[in-house]
Amino acid sequence: MEHVSLPALSRVAICGGTHGNELSGVWIVREMQKQQVEKVGSISITTVMSNPRAVEACKRYMETDLNRCFTDAILSAPVTDVTPYEVRRAHELNAQLGPKGSQEAMDLVCDLHNTTANMGLCVIFTTFNWISLHIYKYLKSVCVVPEFVSELFLLFSTAFEVGPQPNGVVRADIYNLMKEALDHLVDWVQEFNSGITFEGGEVEAYVFEKSIDYPRDPDTNELTAIIHPQLQDKDFILLKPGDPIFLSFSGETVKYEGKELYPFFVNECAYYEKHIAFHLAQKTILTIPSVSVEND
Amino acid sequence: RAKVVHLSRLSRVAVCGGTHGNELSGVYLVRELQKTEKPLEEEDELVSVLVVLSNPRAVQQCRRYTETDLNRCFTHATLNGPESDKTPYEITRSRELNSLLGPKGSPEAVDLICDLHNTTANMGLCLIAYSDHDWICLHIFRYLQANIPVRYIHFDFPPKEAYSLESVGKHGFAIEIGPQPHGVVRSNIYTTMKAGVQHVMDWVRFFNSGTIFEGGSVEVYTMVKNIDYPRDSETHSITAAIHPQLQDQDFCLLHPNDPLFQTFSGETLRYKGKEPLYPFFINECAYYEKGIALSLARRKCVKMPPIQVKTELEHQENEWEFASEEDE
Repeated sequence: MEHVSLPALSRVAICGGTHGNELSGVWIVREMQKQQVEKVGSISITTVMSNPRAVEACKRYMETDLNRCFTDAILSAPVTDVTPYEVRRAHELNAQLGPKGSQEAMDLVCDLHNTTANMGLCVIFTTFNWISLHIYKYLKSVCVVPEFVSELFLLFSTAFEVGPQPNGVVRADIYNLMKEALDHLVDWVQEFNSGITFEGGEVEAYVFEKSIDYPRDPDTNELTAIIHPQLQDKDFILLKPGDPIFLSFSGETVKYEGKELYPFFVNECAYYEKHIAFHLAQKTILTIPSVSVEND
Repeated sequence: RAKVVHLSRLSRVAVCGGTHGNELSGVYLVRELQKTEKPLEEEDELVSVLVVLSNPRAVQQCRRYTETDLNRCFTHATLNGPESDKTPYEITRSRELNSLLGPKGSPEAVDLICDLHNTTANMGLCLIAYSDHDWICLHIFRYLQANIPVRYIHFDFPPKEAYSLESVGKHGFAIEIGPQPHGVVRSNIYTTMKAGVQHVMDWVRFFNSGTIFEGGSVEVYTMVKNIDYPRDSETHSITAAIHPQLQDQDFCLLHPNDPLFQTFSGETLRYKGKEPLYPFFINECAYYEKGIALSLARRKCVKMPPIQVKTELEHQENEWEFASEEDE
């Protein structure tokens, strides 16, 4: 079995409030800042409130979605007086936690999110990286964690997404679940840094394939149908051709056509404006090597 | 045997949605009702229905309100206050709605307002009204109850101080359904609201056509007080969330010493009241800023008389009374 040695993860950042109305992360970061959590064993921890203005207003964003601002194109363009607040903020975060792709960048960034979809706890990452996959494997052994790879442009190497929780609401059970996952992440990093070898093996991942929009009125663009009751809350349950996906306001059922895939982000509030009713993913088995920290 | 109470026909009924722009069941139901609205020639002899989108600007932006909560703008004081260019949009709008559906307290007001709302709290279907002795509201409630699970919540406010939209009509109630996140439309919730409104309209038609509704008794939850979140004395930020054992337990009796809150550092805070009460609006998103973590109610039984619509003669006698009152 293959083995990989990786540098120690001595600088970890935890970000909340990337979307100002996703409150678990907001309160976790606030609590960590109140307790002045800066160092845990071998790890130095930086806590960040990513979008303070949106947090203050309890809105997802002020001018534009911060979590879509971390592309190379946006980060390399100069900031001017007309630059939207969130783009400015992306530049600031990139400087504080990165720059993206450089030596000075944080070793691990964990971005905390909530969703109105019934997704439970998910670990999201953009590229296959062994650290995130091992964290996921470890978390799976201590709590229930489906996972997927997203094609979204995230600065952050790892995101925790926990739902269902309405925007602007903090549920204690969701807060506790996210906090527990974060504690386990920190435990794992400490053990990794201390020299423990984590065995490789197979892990299940959901790989994003495509999105489906709501049926809309061609003139007004308004929804003409909503997520069917038989699909509502059925994230990560296999969707087959012929299964109901939408129910129109006048009572007609729309059925799914296409290959068998796994839906997720089913009825996420923030995605109505992005024209996404739900995402669909392939389930994949990934083989990961065993990992341990590099010896200097 | 109890004497039948005769009440005026409900000739004009208003169904309002989008009073809060992000409570989407009502928004979509109103849109759907407006699409299928019958042209005037075909209008029902029994009742004329107005379908209203209360706060179009907030609906457009998918927010609860743009400047101030529309559903707090219907007190007599606010409706009759001065107008200027600084008047918030929602106050201007409340006055427009008062002209359209009221004026509140006058004979021209619509007979019944049914205002559609959603909540993030796990309340199921509720009727919310200002009276525990408005027989129209209570009989509608009893009729609904025979068809769907529903509860009746009573806010004990005199009409002048009643601040929400349904207080503009001669009779009125809010239909509140949860749990649904704001900005989201869930199919089961939409279907329940649609059925609820249909049952209300069925009852109105039965009533107007002379049906006698038997007397009886119903359970009513009367609001007693609100409990706020614990807050930091300097920043006023909340320091705890609704406890996991209370979350989603709307209408399950809360006893002294039951857990209420869990602080962000993990401590449990308990209910210090002396009286067991029924909690509702537990963890409603919009109430964080209003300083309400949950509301508490007492439950009681209310007896209602049999009712029937007034005869034509009785209606005419009424009109003569109004006329002679005006002469005086």
